[in-house]
Amino acid sequence: MSSEISNITSEPPNTDAVTVGSLNINDTELTLGLPGESRKLVAKRRFSVITDLKLGGNHRSDSIITKNSPSKEQLVGWPPVRSYRKNMTKSDCKYVKVAVDGAPYLRKVGLELYSGYQQLMCAFEDLFSCLAIKNVSNEMKLMDPVNGTEYVPTYEDKDGDWMLVGDVPWKMFVESCKRIRLMKNSEAINGSGMHNSQIFETTF
Amino acid sequence: MGYSFPEEVLEHVFSFISLHTDRNAVSLVCKSWYEIERWCRRRIFIGNCYAVSPGIVIRRFPEVRSVELKGKPHFADFNLVPDGWGGYFYPWICEMARAYPWLEEIRLKRMVITDESLELISKSFKNFKVLVLSSCEGFSIDGLAAIAANCRNLRELDLRESEVEDLSGHWLSHFPDSCTSLQSLNMSCLLSEVSFSALVRLIARSPNLKTLRLNRAVPLEKLSTLLHRAPQLVELGTGAYSAEIRQDLLSNLTEAFAKCKELEGLSGFWDVVPFYLPAFYSVCSRLTSLNLSYATIQSPDVTKIITQCPNLQRLSVLDYIEDTGLDALSLSCKELRELRVFPSDPFVADANVALTEQGLVSVSEGCSKLQSVLYFCRQMSNSALTTIAKNRPNLTCFRLCILEPRAPDYQTLEPLDHGFGAIVDHCKQLQRLSLSGLLTDRVFEYIGNRAKKLEMLSIAFAGDSDLGLHFVLSGCESLRKLEIRDCPFGDKALLANVSKLETMRSLWMSSCSVSLGACKWLSQKMPRLNVEVIDEQGDLDSRPDSCHVEKLYVYRTVAGPRLDMPSFVRTMNQNPAYRR
Repeated sequence: MSSEISNITSEPPNTDAVTVGSLNINDTELTLGLPGESRKLVAKRRFSVITDLKLGGNHRSDSIITKNSPSKEQLVGWPPVRSYRKNMTKSDCKYVKVAVDGAPYLRKVGLELYSGYQQLMCAFEDLFSCLAIKNVSNEMKLMDPVNGTEYVPTYEDKDGDWMLVGDVPWKMFVESCKRIRLMKNSEAINGSGMHNSQIFETTF
Repeated sequence: MGYSFPEEVLEHVFSFISLHTDRNAVSLVCKSWYEIERWCRRRIFIGNCYAVSPGIVIRRFPEVRSVELKGKPHFADFNLVPDGWGGYFYPWICEMARAYPWLEEIRLKRMVITDESLELISKSFKNFKVLVLSSCEGFSIDGLAAIAANCRNLRELDLRESEVEDLSGHWLSHFPDSCTSLQSLNMSCLLSEVSFSALVRLIARSPNLKTLRLNRAVPLEKLSTLLHRAPQLVELGTGAYSAEIRQDLLSNLTEAFAKCKELEGLSGFWDVVPFYLPAFYSVCSRLTSLNLSYATIQSPDVTKIITQCPNLQRLSVLDYIEDTGLDALSLSCKELRELRVFPSDPFVADANVALTEQGLVSVSEGCSKLQSVLYFCRQMSNSALTTIAKNRPNLTCFRLCILEPRAPDYQTLEPLDHGFGAIVDHCKQLQRLSLSGLLTDRVFEYIGNRAKKLEMLSIAFAGDSDLGLHFVLSGCESLRKLEIRDCPFGDKALLANVSKLETMRSLWMSSCSVSLGACKWLSQKMPRLNVEVIDEQGDLDSRPDSCHVEKLYVYRTVAGPRLDMPSFVRTMNQNPAYRR
């Protein structure tokens, strides 16, 4: 099952959708614009999403690398940014990347700047301006009001496992979080008592 | 010849002439004007410290009060000039200490200055007032302590972007209690903590303090204390702008900012916690200058700030501002003169932010007073450049850095020759230009033909042949500084334009195709140029004349070859073995 989408490229997808479980691969297709905006497929540009999806039972990380990804650090003095300035923008704060399904741009958040999950959710609202916090009991979700799509914040921890944001105490989360992904939740939570981690298993 | 004005009258007239270029022109009128002018010149600007010797300067201008010197070439900012290249201030201070007892101001850029030199400054000039060290290095906190302790009338101490060895950290307390003259203090480059109590006391006894730029180590919790002591500040650079989220801290800070009715400029903003941004909203309407280029805040937060700053003239930001933020800027800030957008993640090929050429186009449309642009981005098109040029013919400085070398027009995949051609065509007052992207010899033809006021040109990864360089050297009448890296320019253009080089301050060429033989020939032909070859591989003596030099720095000078070069720098023609 996992081998069908073992290499997710950024080229326009074939007309026949490839699905794994209930995750329609077209949902992860990369387009211009943030979720909620109208989408255009542009063949010329290549984007990259740095995500490791654990597919099936193999726990194989399938990273998506485009031809543009080699870093520029080989060239001395290029781009012409002063090293003084380079040192300045790095801070001691722990910055983690935040990816949103369907958006080509990653953002970064400084986890140590926030004191709790509520503030983190507010930060997501700020970063991805078309998303709004949706409060359903004590679950943390974001929603695109334009089309009702829900996003569930997940994160990769120190052990490489993908977890739901919000389950562990804040400080523990800050320490163990390596990166965050706002995952499109194609399955509506209908309050049927389905546990969050079960959703997690079936969508992968 | 008729009688001329008495000297005193001429001197009085000359005292109203302050621009260096005007002063130079005055001195060329006739011998007596030269004499009168040289005795009453009070300010000296030396754009290349190796173009002249301290002795020559002092002999000609005996009554100088203010000296400004520049050392290393500009590309030293990007690590292209090896350590130890030169630019030492020591020989200058030795002679000036003796010759200019009334010296008041020293301004240095990209020079090496030691603690010993700082101590000499502090003890040699009774009336010393202003020390500005811009992108300098070679000194430590001890040198600053000497300045603090001995300069009784110090007005300005500005260490902008210098590298300071922070050994002990406690130098502020060396300012004597009697020192109340400070008007400007910029210590933003210091890495270690300063004594906060000493800082507070210093500020409290400096009623004329207008500019205060703190370093990152000054915590946000303490900022309001400082602001309460100095509500008259006009320019403030914060320290780290982060703290635990506390409502009381926010209120205190907001209140402190509100008391600063004269604030016009803000900078600093390391490690921003957005929660504390509203604290300075009350000063936004007055702001003319805002430097957020260390603030890692996202577009919505940046936008919230700038839409409250209708009087903004100078803005520096990270590309987190994105196109949407620049749209807002173009609508809100109609007084904008200067925009600088820096890359947040310069070494990653793929875009991490939604900032494109469109942002700059918007600003060029909405901000009619825009004169100066520094813009880092990942894509550009000829049509965007042409639009910008047509919108803003009043541009005087246009520096564009497309991060990927040789990146073509992303829409047509063509070179960006026409786009930059439009810039030099429409912007007739353009003085400074930095090129990037895919460029052929054609763009240099445009520049040579059209950019008649261009004084400084920076070129990287561009051109096809010597013709490109030839167009520039033969066409750009006002050219003073030319810096080139990684271009296929070789001997032909250089040797066809040797006399041009004497009309310029300097030429830098690295990773090009200039041969050692051509350097030698150039040096022999033009004795008033220093032709310096920088080669870190050593064994320059045993190389054939046909080999390419790593780096070449050519500058005009009346001081002859310099004597303080490290082993990897060689002035051509200095060693008799090279003479024909």
